[in-house]
This record gives sequence, C-alpha cells and structure tokens, in this order.
Amino acid sequence: MTESPARRMTPLRRVRGLGSAHSGTRDFWHQRVTSVAGIPLTIAFIVIVASLLGRNHAAVVQILGSPLVAIIMLLFIINMAYHMWIGMQEIVLDYFHDEYIKLSLLVANTFFVFAVTFASVFAILKLSFGV
Amino acid sequence: MVQLTLPKNSKITQGKTWPHAPKAGDETEFRVYRWNPDDGGNPSIDTYFVDRGSCGPMVLDALIWIKNNIDPTLTFRRSCREGVCGSCAMNIDGVNTLACTKAMDDIKGAVKIYPLPHQPVVKDLVPDLNNFYAQYASIQPWLKTDTPAPEKEWRQSHDDRAKLDGLYECILCACCSTSCPSYWWNSDRYLGPAALLQANRWVKDSRDERTGERLDDLEDPFRIYRCHTILNCSKACPKGLNPAKEIAELKKAMVERQV
Repeated sequence: MTESPARRMTPLRRVRGLGSAHSGTRDFWHQRVTSVAGIPLTIAFIVIVASLLGRNHAAVVQILGSPLVAIIMLLFIINMAYHMWIGMQEIVLDYFHDEYIKLSLLVANTFFVFAVTFASVFAILKLSFGV
Repeated sequence: MVQLTLPKNSKITQGKTWPHAPKAGDETEFRVYRWNPDDGGNPSIDTYFVDRGSCGPMVLDALIWIKNNIDPTLTFRRSCREGVCGSCAMNIDGVNTLACTKAMDDIKGAVKIYPLPHQPVVKDLVPDLNNFYAQYASIQPWLKTDTPAPEKEWRQSHDDRAKLDGLYECILCACCSTSCPSYWWNSDRYLGPAALLQANRWVKDSRDERTGERLDDLEDPFRIYRCHTILNCSKACPKGLNPAKEIAELKKAMVERQV
C-alpha cells in the first residue's frame, strides 16, 4: 500500500498544519447579533407582507415606498442577507473538503448574496423614490 | 463533499457465529465488529454467546470472557477496568462509552459493539488515535509562566482551584470527539471537544500566564468554530463532563476580548 505524503508527516505536523488563522470570532459574533436582530425584523416583515395581501398595485407601491416600511424592509434584507452569507459559508466549510470546490462555493456564495441584496435594496429604493 | 457511505473495502459483512459454551446457563448475545488488517478482507460482525454464570457484569468483563474462553484473536484495548484509564472506549449499543463501566444488563437484546466511530481501525475494536493525541499535544497541556517559578508551589485560591472541577477529570478516552459529527467531517482541522475541553482547562487555570496566547492559537474558523453546539459530546462523556459548555466558554472569552 502506498502512503500518501500527508500520512508520512508526524501527527503533530498535520494537526498544526498552517497554524491558526486568528479569525472566526467576528463571524461567530455577527451570526448571533444578526439572529437576535432577525427576530423583530422578521415579525415586522410578516406584518408588512400580510398587510399587502389583497391590495392593488398602487396601494402596494405606496405602502412599501413609505419611509418607515422601506427602512424596516431595508434593515430586514441587509440583516438576513448577512446572516445567510455567514451561515452558508459555515455549511460550505463543514461539508466541502476539496479546496477548489470549497473556494468556488465560497466565491459563489458571496456573489449570490451581493446580487440578491443589491437587487432587493434597489427594488425598495425605486419604490421609495418612485424613479 | 462529505462521504455519507462507507468505502467498498469498509462495508461490513456477516461474520462467524461462534458456538455456545458447553454447559452454559443464562447467556447474553454479543455482536462484535471484527477486522484484521492482515487477511485483506472486509470487516465483519461476529456473534458470540457469553455465559453469564461465569462472567462479570460489565461489557468489558464479557469481552475478556470471550477472549479467554471462545476467541483469543478478539482484539481490544483495556487496562484499569474501573473507568479511570479511558482505554476501553468503544461504541456499545450505538453509544460511545467505556466498556468497563457499561453494564450488560442496561442493554436490551444483543450487545452490539463497534470501534469508536470515524477513526481508522488498527484491528477489531482498536482505533488509531494518533491524530486525537496530537490534537491534545497541540494545545500544549502544561502550565506556562513567565514569572520565575516560586521557591515552593504556585499559589492558587480555593475558588480558582474549584474552577478546574469538571475539567481535570477528563481521561481522554475520545468518546466525546468521536461522537461529534463536526469532528467526523473535519477531524483534520477541527480540534474536537476533548482537546478543546483540555484547552479551556489551561485557559481557566489562574496560575497560567499565557491565556491570550492560548486563545490566539485556538481562534480559527476550523480549530474551534466547527463546533455547532450539537451536544453529542456532553451526552457521550462517560465521566459526566460537559465539553460543549467548555467550548462555549472559550468562544465567550474570544468575544469578550474583542468587545
């Protein structure tokens, strides 16, 4: 049986690897802060969506464009997108071990989060400013 | 991607059913994982019948009875037979625990025994724990000080000593780490609950002067932050310790020094 080069290292060499990244705490903390912020924001989001049900287009545009609703919606979108960004990154780190696949997925995650966030934010701002 | 099925050469086959002991009375059935690196075959499950009349009450007693009376090739680690050395950690009835402190009567039906999960197997119930021990070594489990050593001992208050309760009792049996799904997927980079509990033992020690350095070494997306508070570790610990709580305290210390 041929030994892989990694098996020939001492166990301690393998465990130490490239050393500590000295990071991760920020993501851990921000994930918790966005969870807490997500509770009132999600309730507000559900109330807003429920209030839109059955209304015509003009009324929907008026409600979503009003300053308070628009600000809540923007906070909701940005908070949830950031939470989703960190959460998906955690999942990729947990389950994908091939370096190229992992890096591609992390980049794709970032692209996706920015695309969704900016599209949503643009939509709300367009309604607010009626451009 | 995480491998969800066993590789072809690890698929478990039906093994041998060994004959009953002569003149056996009350018997308990054992189904034990067998794998021999020398015969080139797949692992198998052998069935044994243990005569309870001539055997002690614990699972380890039964394994020793099998080795003495039925099959001397059955391989497992054991030493103290009283839950202090941590050698006989294995997966019994689906749970990682010590064979010496697990009573046969606590298990319904046949007793199913496998090696600790997700570790390379050396033979039968003996896992290769080199990586696990290296992870323990990597947290540098010794007192580190810069102040010149006092003439007598390093002093510690009773309260500070009490903070090490629930930590110093760890026997490094690996039941917790090998029960952790995060450890299964990332044991090459995630230190696992046992090493992290030990790390917190030194972070919390009032006599240690390298607390910040210790936290620096642990602060890593993989070394500590693969822990997602699944709590299998705390459930598995045969000594009743709570590694998940210790990991949470490490994370708390890392946040605390930033905010």
